[in-house]
Amino acid sequence: MILVSISDKMSMYTKKVMELFRNPKNMGEIEDADAVGEAGNPVCGDQMKLFLKTDDRRITDVKFQTYGCAAAIATSSIVTKKVKGKKIEEALKLTKDDILEDLGGLPEQKVHCSFLALEALEDALDDYK
Amino acid sequence: MKFKKIYMDHAATTPLRKEVKKAMEPYFSKKFGNASSLHTRGQEAKDALEESREKVARLLEVDPENLYFTSSGTESNNTILKGTAFKNAEKGLLSKSKGHIITSKIEHPCIMETCEWLKTQGFDVTYVPVDEDGVIKVDEYKKAFRRDTILASVMYANNEIGTIQPIKELAKIASEKNVPFHTDAVQAYGKIPLNLDNVNALTVSSHKLYGPKGVGLLYSDTEFTPLLHGGGHENGKRAGTENVAGIVGFAKASELAFKEMEREKKRQAKLRDELIDGLLEIDNSMLNGHETKRLPNNVNVSFEYIEGESLVLKLDDEGIEASTGSACSSHKLKPSHVLQAIGLSAEEAHGSLRLTLGKENNEEHVDYVLENTPEVVEELREMSPTKPKKEKKEKKEISDPCFD
Repeated sequence: MILVSISDKMSMYTKKVMELFRNPKNMGEIEDADAVGEAGNPVCGDQMKLFLKTDDRRITDVKFQTYGCAAAIATSSIVTKKVKGKKIEEALKLTKDDILEDLGGLPEQKVHCSFLALEALEDALDDYK
Repeated sequence: MKFKKIYMDHAATTPLRKEVKKAMEPYFSKKFGNASSLHTRGQEAKDALEESREKVARLLEVDPENLYFTSSGTESNNTILKGTAFKNAEKGLLSKSKGHIITSKIEHPCIMETCEWLKTQGFDVTYVPVDEDGVIKVDEYKKAFRRDTILASVMYANNEIGTIQPIKELAKIASEKNVPFHTDAVQAYGKIPLNLDNVNALTVSSHKLYGPKGVGLLYSDTEFTPLLHGGGHENGKRAGTENVAGIVGFAKASELAFKEMEREKKRQAKLRDELIDGLLEIDNSMLNGHETKRLPNNVNVSFEYIEGESLVLKLDDEGIEASTGSACSSHKLKPSHVLQAIGLSAEEAHGSLRLTLGKENNEEHVDYVLENTPEVVEELREMSPTKPKKEKKEKKEISDPCFD
């Protein structure tokens, strides 16, 4: 509701979040993806699309596109980093606490952003369950 | 050219001017007296306080007796709204209704939230809508007056989109209805000439014009019940030992702002228009707020397919300090009520960027912002899954049912 200037960002986001926001890993699209997952809604201010290549139930490549705040971009980045090379079964075990731990936490009102990437991952892996 | 930092968030706050700091300096340790004390040191403080009040009264062309120093714009707005409401409730004149307040849909949260609270106390509030440029709908405003209306309050100029309201007309209507009129002039004071015909109350904040934080002003020629009771300060309307150093600083900052107003208004409006024209060259962008009835220092543009918090943080990395009306930057996770009131979709509001100029900004800063912003917008759009693909868009156009 109120217009906020983001000059106090370091007290808002951890260094890890800002690092991933500035240099996101695995950003982009896979044209011939084996699986695509989506989560979020731009009306709410965040949306994510996840592209996967798989081989023998192992995630061989993964890319993401995200519209959203720094937290949404950073969580997208970390989820892709964590699942790359993993077996699908292992990837599905990933929890939001794992993500939050890796990011060194998120401001309270941003915690919901950590769900987004996991939802997109689950959506993508739905057919493999 | 790379700048270390370009501050373009002057609607949020401004740095203290060195002339203001110098004027304040003696009142911290040397002339530290309490303006209520009878001794020399006390009277020294009292003189400084009353001289400051007279200085500001001259600038506003009002009676100094009606000026009350407060702690902030927020306090001044709370005081006039609650103070008027309490005064009317005390009178007990209105048997069925406690009283009705008229305001707009795009007020600052310290007006909106105070009105919402007054509603819980049995008062009634009408929020008058605005048009797509953010100008209040005068017809609806006029129709909103009732027999039990106790106050009309409409901001002079909006903090987010810079739209200037037809205050002269609104105040005249209220006066004809015999209702006191208040305007929150926090963003307008010292930036544009104010027309105070038929205006009964006015709110100002010091830190928006290179004065210190912690000082606000309420002008009121209409009765209100004080919020703070105590030692009879400020003519019994606002108890608490006066912040003399801060008030001296505010008066000095006001003097300087009024002296430089004409020149700065023209200079900043030129920079503003260059920024707007330059930013609108970016594809899928739009201006928020009125093109001409606009504060000389306000730029507010929405970019489709990107989210404002990311944009502000990326611009900060480039050394540009700005703000956004995106939900993600607010604690409530709701997009700006102002951008929604002018008819923007949630997505358009999420992609908004506000740049507000100040006296230290110059052509070089504008050039730097215009060189760097398109790249940052492009970078974020590259990342965004919501950006339509060119091929897909063409396909969609061909299969448009309207052309079949």
